[in-house]
Amino acid sequence: MTTPAFSSQLINLCAALLLLLSFAMLSQRRVLTLVDLFAMQGGTLFISIIVVAWSTGQPHLYYSAALTLILKVILLPLILHRLIRRLGAQWESETLLNTPTTMLVGLLLVIFAFTLAQPISQLANTVTRGTLGIALAVVMLSFLMMITRRKAVTQVIGFLAMENGLFFAATSATYGMPMVVELGVALDVLVSMVILGIFFFHIREQFDSLDLHNMESLKED
Amino acid sequence: MADPNPLLYATLLVPVAWVAIGLLGLVRGRSVLWVGRTLFPLGALAGLALGLVALASLGAPTESLTLPLGLAQLAFHIRLDALARFFLLLIGFTSTGIGVFSAGYFRAGEGTAPGLLCLQYHVFLASMAVVVIADDAYLFLVAWETMALSSYFLVTTQHRLPEIRRAGFIYLLIAHLGAIGILLCFGVMQAGNWQFTFDAMRAAQLTPVWASTAFFLALFGFGAKAGLVPLHVWLPEAHPAAPSPVSALMSGVMLEIAVYGVLRVTFDLLHVQLWWWGLVTLGLGLFTSLFGAVFAAVQTDMKRLLAYSSIENIGILFLGVGLSIIFHAFHMSLLAALALAATLYHCLNHALSKSLLFLSTGSVLHATRERSLGKLGGLIHRMPWVAWLALVGTLAIAGLPPLNGFVSEWLLLQAFLFTPDLPHSYVNMLLPMGAAALALVAALAAYVMVKFYGVIFLGQPRERAAREAQDCGRLERIGLLWLAAGCVLLGIFPVPLLALLNNVSRGLLGASLGTQLQHWWLLTPIAPERASYSPVVFMLSTVVLVAAVVLGVRLFYHGRIRKAAPWGCGFPLLTPRMQDTAEGFGQPIRQIFEPFFRIQRALPSPFDTSPHYRVRVEDHFWYALYAPIAGLVRRISSLAGAVQQGRISVYLLYSFLTLIALLAFVL
Repeated sequence: MTTPAFSSQLINLCAALLLLLSFAMLSQRRVLTLVDLFAMQGGTLFISIIVVAWSTGQPHLYYSAALTLILKVILLPLILHRLIRRLGAQWESETLLNTPTTMLVGLLLVIFAFTLAQPISQLANTVTRGTLGIALAVVMLSFLMMITRRKAVTQVIGFLAMENGLFFAATSATYGMPMVVELGVALDVLVSMVILGIFFFHIREQFDSLDLHNMESLKED
Repeated sequence: MADPNPLLYATLLVPVAWVAIGLLGLVRGRSVLWVGRTLFPLGALAGLALGLVALASLGAPTESLTLPLGLAQLAFHIRLDALARFFLLLIGFTSTGIGVFSAGYFRAGEGTAPGLLCLQYHVFLASMAVVVIADDAYLFLVAWETMALSSYFLVTTQHRLPEIRRAGFIYLLIAHLGAIGILLCFGVMQAGNWQFTFDAMRAAQLTPVWASTAFFLALFGFGAKAGLVPLHVWLPEAHPAAPSPVSALMSGVMLEIAVYGVLRVTFDLLHVQLWWWGLVTLGLGLFTSLFGAVFAAVQTDMKRLLAYSSIENIGILFLGVGLSIIFHAFHMSLLAALALAATLYHCLNHALSKSLLFLSTGSVLHATRERSLGKLGGLIHRMPWVAWLALVGTLAIAGLPPLNGFVSEWLLLQAFLFTPDLPHSYVNMLLPMGAAALALVAALAAYVMVKFYGVIFLGQPRERAAREAQDCGRLERIGLLWLAAGCVLLGIFPVPLLALLNNVSRGLLGASLGTQLQHWWLLTPIAPERASYSPVVFMLSTVVLVAAVVLGVRLFYHGRIRKAAPWGCGFPLLTPRMQDTAEGFGQPIRQIFEPFFRIQRALPSPFDTSPHYRVRVEDHFWYALYAPIAGLVRRISSLAGAVQQGRISVYLLYSFLTLIALLAFVL
């Protein structure tokens, strides 16, 4: 059993890492590196959940930690790696916004998330309450990544990263969601990964590219 | 539920029978023998039964019944009072003639298959009957919408032609606008009780503001169906598009059902009537009738002409309703009853004579394949049956004695002549001018009918199709004859019908023309010393006079007639192109009422070797009212369409911004 002060320091460190990784993902244009960053984000999440579980003695958090480890650190990055290699989609074409602007918008979002989380974290009585703002910021940054990227693969990574942020928010605000919900979410992520994987192939077959720009032609005038 | 009166069930049976007949039409939908010679006559018989039952029970007490149908909390209520029975009578007798005519009219290979047409036609009839007997808003609206939909499909029978689809769309659009008005009207009238039976609405007490709101919503809703200006635009489009029996049914019956709706809401469901409602209704009606008459005079398509003539008649009906409201609000019950009786009488007249005319245009259309007046002419020689029966219809619509149109218009004018007695200083000065306008409308209507009849049936055929036309078949003749007989009977014996109409006015206004109708042959609406009219005497004297003139001519001039070429002064020959055309006949009206129209004319130059003259007359409402609204809708939707980019990032951005906005809102 570590002291509460130490564990909360540890969790804060993890949270800071998560935020840093989110920014890194936001600026990263190599898709394979992006997957690695996503795996690292998952690992950080895993560590933070372990720490929370350890310091508060909530046994079900170990399960959710294990789930995170298997799904987000090992399975999904593996699938994504294979997908990307098979699709040959290693490089992201140019983003919709240039990187510095994206970073600036991201900064604003982080500030917004912190202001938003302040009243909530004052209400919460968990050791991890200070990290809620960061969790929200991670969600928003991932969302921003989905908006600014053009390739279908990066959008999926953004979606998965957003899910990471949600998970982190759940652990930091209420020591995790009920087990059933977590299992459900985990399954959802897996299933959506499979479905999106199928979609990738269909999109590429249709347009010879994974650039979502091509889908504008589907709009009816 | 041992109801002693079997007539109620007999009445209910007819719509059921109609629907059943319609469904039977689907069995062997392509067989003309089955659909045309069996089902349509059966439907006509059912109509006759409905008319007779309604006629027999017009004086019977009000009956109501809750049907074991409908939703759990909203059972279907029906109620038969004198007003409902009168309109059932109208539906029944008019549909008898139209049904018999349709039996001979509909043929295979014209758009919708005959069986499907039979279903739509009979569902349309049944829904109109149900509208009239409905006693709760739910059943009423269900029937009302069924009526709109079935008639829409009937209008678009020839759905392969784009202009017919367009006409159908305009009709459906305006019908739905009207239905929204009616729905809101019922919503206002339930007054927060959430009881949608008409009984609850009768009991509800509305403040004047809400009562006025309900009234004007009803006027809007039913006016859209009736074709009150400026909601009239669908009529001139839909009537030429529809097959003639359908036009007859829509113009002759459905428009009157709209008038029924206004009467039901105003006099039955609303507990208070304010005089200025009547003034607005009257003004709108007057304008509508003038508008319709003027536009009818310049039309060159015979069915469009009749459609505008329907608008004119609807105007007259609404004028009568307005007058009745004014008198009733000032507690002049006898005069209110007079105006109401005139309105109802005119409903029946219009139903009979306008159906007759639409059906005869159908026969002309079948015989010549032409709707344009400029290509017809001289048909009285080739189609004597249609021509003579149509003559009855034109005279009736034109309001000439001794036919029925005269009776109702005369009664209405009589009611108008009492408006100076109204206890309101401006109204009693203004309204008599309305009487003058009504007289103008009547005269214009006569002008229109002269044009209609003269150009189609008289003179010489303008085209080959008209020269080789065949008269209509036997079933069609019977249908026309039935309606024409109705026109004549109503014209010669108005008093018995007015006595029956007393039941309606007693039910709605609590007053009737009881004592004024003592002599069956003499019509004295208010008092014998003011005015009276005896159609029988009039007709007899006309007949005697005509006979005397004919005999006199024969006697004194016989054998002294010198035969010579007509207009032999310089003309070597007389061609059909020397006749007055439809455009030419309407030209004076086009000049006099120029501000009404939007005219585009293309005149040929004097040196043109193949000159063409083209004139297009449109009404201002389309460009001044409908086009801006349509443009606005288009602009708004293209603005909304700009939101749809087709780019996933943009859609994501939308949800992201929404999220941020909501979170900021919570903050």
